Parts: sequence; C-alpha cells; structure tokens
Amino acid sequence: MSDVVLAGELPFPQRPDYLAAGSTLRSWLTTTDHKRIAILYAVTITVFFFMGGAAITAVRLELFVPNGWFLTSDTYNRLFSFHGIIMVWFFLVPSIPNTFGNFLMPLMIGAPDVAFPRLNLFSWYLTLVGGAFAVYTLIAGGVDTGWTFYTPFSTMFSNTHVLTAAAAVFVVGFASIATGVNFIATTHMLRAPGMTWFRLPLFVWSIYATSIVMVLSTPVLAISLMLVIAERWLGLPIFDPTRGGDPILFQHLFWFYSHPAVYIMVLPAMGVVSEIIPCFARRRLFGYDFMVYAIIAIAGIGFFVWGHHMFVSGQSPYASLIFSFLSFVIAVPSAIKVFNWTASLYRGQISFNSPMLYALGFVGLFTTGGLSGLFLASIPVDVHVTDTYFVVAHFHYIMVGGSVSAFFGALHFWWPKITGKMYPESWAQFAAITMYFGFNMTFLPQFFAGYLGMPRRYHTYPAEFQLYNVMSSAGAAVLAAAYLLPLMYLTWSLLHGKRAPSNPWSATGLEWTTSSPPPPNNFDMQPLVDRGPYQYHAERESAGTDAPEVQNARSLR
Amino acid sequence: MNTIFTLPEASTQAARVDGIFAVLVVVSALTLALVFGLLVTFAIRYRRGSEAKRGRLPEIVNREFEVSWTAATLFLFAFLFWWAASADVGALTAPSNALEVHVLAKQWMWKTQHSNGAREINELHVPIGRPVRLVMTSQDVIHSFFVPAFRIKQDVLPGRNTETWFKATKLGVFPLFCAEYCGTDHSAMRGRVTVMSEDDYTRWLSRQPEGDDLAHLGAKLFVSQGCSGCHAGSSSVHAPKLDGLYGRTVQLSDGRQVKADDAYIRDSILQPKRDVVAGFEPIMPSFAGLLDDGDVQSLTAYIRSLGQEQDHE
Repeated sequence: MSDVVLAGELPFPQRPDYLAAGSTLRSWLTTTDHKRIAILYAVTITVFFFMGGAAITAVRLELFVPNGWFLTSDTYNRLFSFHGIIMVWFFLVPSIPNTFGNFLMPLMIGAPDVAFPRLNLFSWYLTLVGGAFAVYTLIAGGVDTGWTFYTPFSTMFSNTHVLTAAAAVFVVGFASIATGVNFIATTHMLRAPGMTWFRLPLFVWSIYATSIVMVLSTPVLAISLMLVIAERWLGLPIFDPTRGGDPILFQHLFWFYSHPAVYIMVLPAMGVVSEIIPCFARRRLFGYDFMVYAIIAIAGIGFFVWGHHMFVSGQSPYASLIFSFLSFVIAVPSAIKVFNWTASLYRGQISFNSPMLYALGFVGLFTTGGLSGLFLASIPVDVHVTDTYFVVAHFHYIMVGGSVSAFFGALHFWWPKITGKMYPESWAQFAAITMYFGFNMTFLPQFFAGYLGMPRRYHTYPAEFQLYNVMSSAGAAVLAAAYLLPLMYLTWSLLHGKRAPSNPWSATGLEWTTSSPPPPNNFDMQPLVDRGPYQYHAERESAGTDAPEVQNARSLR
Repeated sequence: MNTIFTLPEASTQAARVDGIFAVLVVVSALTLALVFGLLVTFAIRYRRGSEAKRGRLPEIVNREFEVSWTAATLFLFAFLFWWAASADVGALTAPSNALEVHVLAKQWMWKTQHSNGAREINELHVPIGRPVRLVMTSQDVIHSFFVPAFRIKQDVLPGRNTETWFKATKLGVFPLFCAEYCGTDHSAMRGRVTVMSEDDYTRWLSRQPEGDDLAHLGAKLFVSQGCSGCHAGSSSVHAPKLDGLYGRTVQLSDGRQVKADDAYIRDSILQPKRDVVAGFEPIMPSFAGLLDDGDVQSLTAYIRSLGQEQDHE
C-alpha cells in the first residue's frame, strides 16, 4: 500500500510505520526500536508457549489411565519438568512485560523509546541464549527435577541434564533483570510533560512495580541456581547434609524468588485488565488511587510470604505462623482490585468485545484462584492439600487462568495498534469463551482430586482418581484447541485483515493518539498530558467541554 | 479406602482440618457468588444501549466504599488466620504418651520401625485411639509422608529428623503417599496405614519377628563402632560421659550452650568438631560415611535410653 493511498486515511501520512521501516532480517536483528523488540519477544515466547503446551499435552494424555500407557516414568518426569521450566521462565515471566510492556510502556508515557534501547535488544538475545540451553537440555535427554530444582535431589541424585537446565534459567534471569532496570529507568526519566505519577495508566504502574520485583528477586534465583551448579559440578558441600549442608536452604532461596515471581506474572495481567475494563465499560476506573496502592502493596508484601510454600518442610512452626499471617494480608490488596474492577462496571456502557471477554474471564478466574489461595495460607489445611493437585489447580488458576487470559486480552486489545490490522471479532469472541470453559473443565476437577489426596507429579495414581483425571484431560483438549484458534485467525488478519484506525476502541491513553502501527519514534510531536487516565465518563457527562474526545468517539462508532 | 467423592476422616486432626476447610469453602462460595453476581448483573443491566440510569458517583462515595471493603476483607482474613492458626498451634506437639514409630524414607520405599523392633516396608500398623508419634528421616532425597485420611503431611529430610503425629479414629486401611517429588518412581512410593483395634494390634505386634528395638541396636553399634572405647564409664580416654545427657543443656568450649536433642547428637556423631563440649579436646573422629541414617537413629535411641534410666534412678 503506497503512501498516497494512506494519505487520505491516516493523520501521519509522511512516514512509514515501524513495521515498514526496514524489512531485512538484519534490520530486525539489530533493531533498537522497542516496538520491534516487542515483536521479536512475541514470536519467541509464542514458540516456547507451544513447546511447553506440547509437553503437557503428552502428560495429560498419559494421565488418562491410572497406570500409564505410553510413557515411562522417566519420560513422564522429564516432560512435566520441561513444561514447568519453559512455561514459567520462557513464557509467563516474559509474556506481558517483555512483549506488551516493551511495546506499550514508552507509548503510554509519551516517550520515543525505552531508556536503554541497546540493553533492551541485548536482553532479547539473552532470552535466546537461555532458550538455546533449554532446548539443548531437551534434545540431550531432558531434566527430571521439576521446575523447582529441589535439593539434594537436583544436586546429588538426578542423573539428568540439571546443569544445562539450570544454566538456561540462570541466563534468562538476566534478561529479566535487564528488562526490569530498563523499565524502571524509562518510567522515571522519559515521561512526557504533564505525565505525573498519578496520571500514569495502571498498566504502566503494574509494569513498573513488576520491574522492581524482577530486579530485586531475580538475583536471588541466580544465586540459588549458582549454588546448585557449584554443588553438582564442583562438589562444594552446600546442600549435602552428610557434609554439613542444609537440604532446605535451597527452598528458602528458591521461593524468595519464586513467590514474588507469581506477582511478576500477575501484576502485569492486572495492569492489562485495568486498561481494558474502563475502555469497554466506558467509565473511569473505580478507585484509581487505591488500585495504585494495591499494586505497590502486592509488590512489597510479595517478598515476605515465601515461607507459605514450606509449612511441611520442617521449618520452625513460629515462622510458619508469620508466613501464614502475611499470606492472608497479601490477599487484601488483591481483593481490593477485584472489587474495583467489578465496581468499574457500575453505571457503565458495557460492550462485550473480545478483549473485554478475556478481561471479565480474568476477573472470574483470578478470584477463584485467589480464594483457593486462602486455603493454602491456612496452615492446617495447607498441610493436607500442599503438594497435591489442589495446589496445581490453584496456581494454574492464577498463572494460566489469570496471566494467560490477560495475555490474550492484551493481544486482542492492542493487536490493531501493533499490527495495524483488525481481526474477525466473532472468531475472537468464540475463542475467548471456549478458552474460559476449557480452562475450568481442566482445572476445576483438580481441586477435588487434590482435596481427596492425589499428590502432584504422579505418573501413576490410584484408580479412584481416574474420573477427575479424565475430566481434566478432556478439558485440556478443549483448552489446547482454544489456544490454537487465535494463532489461526490472527495470522489470517495479518494477511487479509481490515486496516485498523488509530483508535479502534475509542480508548483514552497516549498509545491511541498515534497511528496504527506507530511510526518508528512513536509520536510526531512531543505529547502533552493534561489529565489523568480513563476519562471515559467525559464523553457523556461534560459534553461540550471535552469536544475533541466526544467527536473522536462518535466518528469511530 | 476412600471412594471417588469423599475422603474419610480417620484421625482427630482430620475433623479439625475439615472444619476449617468447610468454613473456607463457605467463605469462598459466598465471595464468588458476590463477585460473579455483581459482574453478571452489571454486565446485563449496564450493557451498551440499555435504558438503565447512568450518572456520576460523588467522589466521597468511592472513598467510603474503598475504606469499608478494605477494612472488611482485612478483618475477615485476620479472623481466618487466627482461627486456622490456633487450631494448628494446638496440634503442634504429640501427647507424651504417644507411641513412637520411626520412619526411614528412601528412593522409593517407606521403612517403618516400631518401638519393640518390629519392622515393616510400605506398611504401618497402628492401634486405634492412641496417639502415634512419627520420627522420620530420609536416607537420600526429600520425601514427604502423606496420609490423606489423617490429613497429615510432613517432609522427611535427609540429615535431620522431622516429626508428626496423629491419633487414628477409624479402623481400616488408608493409603500412604510420598508427596514431595523424589525422582523416577516417586509415584510408586506408596504404602498403607492399617488402623487396628487395640487387641488386634497387640496380637499383630506379638506375631512380628523379634527384632531388636532401636536402643538395643544402638547399644550394639555403640560397642562395635568403638564409641564405648572412649565414652563408656570405664574408659581412660577423656571423653564426655553420656549417661543422662539426653535433653540436658550442654556447655560448649566456645561459650555457647546447646540442648542435647536428636539434632545435637546427630551432629556430634557426624561432625564432632562443630560443637565441642567445654573441658574436652576435639579429638573424636567423624563418623560421616561410616554410619547411615538408620545407624544414627539407633545410636540416638540408645543415648536417649541412657538418659531415661538416669531419670528413673
């Protein structure tokens, strides 16, 4: 499409968009444009998502029958370990921050790029190197420690490729740290004039808080993996009890990262949902200030709850009491957010476009997952259900029901902005609904199996758990199909989709004021900000005083 | 055995846990009903184009709502914590009359040993209505002793003893699982706990082959491993005497004081240079690698028996 044709449609006819700014492989691999790096990440994590998904599909197939039918125990253990490692570190952690955070954060604060564009590209290469270690591990025969690498199993007893698997996670952790540093600097330094802290969109707040969590907790993960490597490779006595080591030291270090890591996955998801709901409810977000404080509280308290993973590990019972209390406390800001999203619908003009369906699905699934978290914070109940399928169901509700729903919500919300193309809405709505039901079919039965005592990571299981496993596996098939749908219709939209206007949803937010897709430096002129986010009510309540916005909304609807 | 839909409550702990569980289910169900109810109601009532009345809420209402539901959730959660935690604190320590059973976990089996020396593999027979205290250690990796019907679970660690206890309230056979991932045959590391009447249990116990109990086993090791050469009363080597040691506070040469419990005894056997008793030279060699975890358990039991005899005198 030539510029002449575009001139009639778009406000920025003179310059090519960021996608057209160079089409050679070299132009992509050496780019420092945050938007192109976001695309690089998107492609990378999509590959990882389907790899991790394939591994778990085999696992769920195997669990159809109690005593196994096509996998050996060793293969089974390696498959669930691969699934966990890939999904946590190569999909969930980078998913929203590294793709949508990268693409949108500078646009949302009115900046031309992130603070350190080269560091940004470098962290993508680190992800690739980490991914190469992970894929090598798989090809060389896999690793069977689970994603948690518990010692002394991982250091002294496993005969699989622990070193390369640990190296994979170690390296990709640096990508996390680099990205976090970059986003923190960007938020502090590059906000447009008038973009005060309390005018930041909640997505920016959540990415900012996530970045702080990444920068503070990921080094601890790196250290704990270094210690695993040191003991396994160099034979240093760190976790080996026969030489004075402490076998559960690793768990403390590991969960000091991995519990905050849950918020690395969930906070950005909360940010996405906080953007989508006001837009499709045409209302200001209820209680913006409280939402900001809740984000800060979650990020802060998130560092002090790791011990609730270890109530049965033999840690001091008094420590357990404190961790139990703090785990209840962190549920409060999460509850605030759920109430505020719900209240944001009140007196709205709600339309059910696919991003909204994903966002509402997120609220439902996150609430369910969060409430099941209360069971795990209560020590006596936790003792019974920990390390069972109850826990599996709980964290999948939070991490898959929550984060992945929000990821798809973000994908559909910003797809027109990112690609400049519209997708077929009815397909997208169908996929969103199928995903919601497939998800519940997969994981709801696991709460029951877990309460009845089915331990997690079991290759074979007593026959009385079969009903729940069959239900779960059937649900997984529906879920897998639902995940493949967007791959198809979004690809279709790239080739045949209608051209997207700069603001297809009549959303507020600076990213919608530039063209779709944006030009390489995001804005033709430095944006000025004179109001807070989510001024959707303005179009109804003060018609006349906010004329441009009203006109904008009408012309597109 | 448990059926598909229900899990038997076969211990005193089970009833307690299920009580808390039930309350959490009710709280969750109400919260879910509230959130889903509001979502659906708002979604229908305020769908685009509906005739429902809109308009702005006064700012003060926002603030009041925010403060009140924040406070409400905080109080609710604080109450739940207090309630669940107090149940747990009450169940922390086993009653003093508890039957002691030793559990040794290894890839991939459970070895249990009763106080009279009877041993079982992947099986545990216990009497109904008597508290049973499990003293557990692992020979290799971390395992976890999990009996769903009793609602108990405790990680079993290498190099350390962990404990849990239960009082069975139902006769029957209940599955025992390993809940901490421990390698290839993790899912095959299962066993059964059989709860018998007191009479049946006594009969069962008497039918078991006569094994040495742990303390006797320990006494033999004490001699065969050469411990008695220094620590026995008649020895000429200057080494701490062990009679009455167990449970006592020991003064160390660096000024610290420690309680002589299982962990201290284990450390003293495996890393004798770590906690040197005041007034003694650190001349004892380490037995790490020479004694396995079962041996250390036996020696500990022997030393404990010395302490108990002292108490009675």
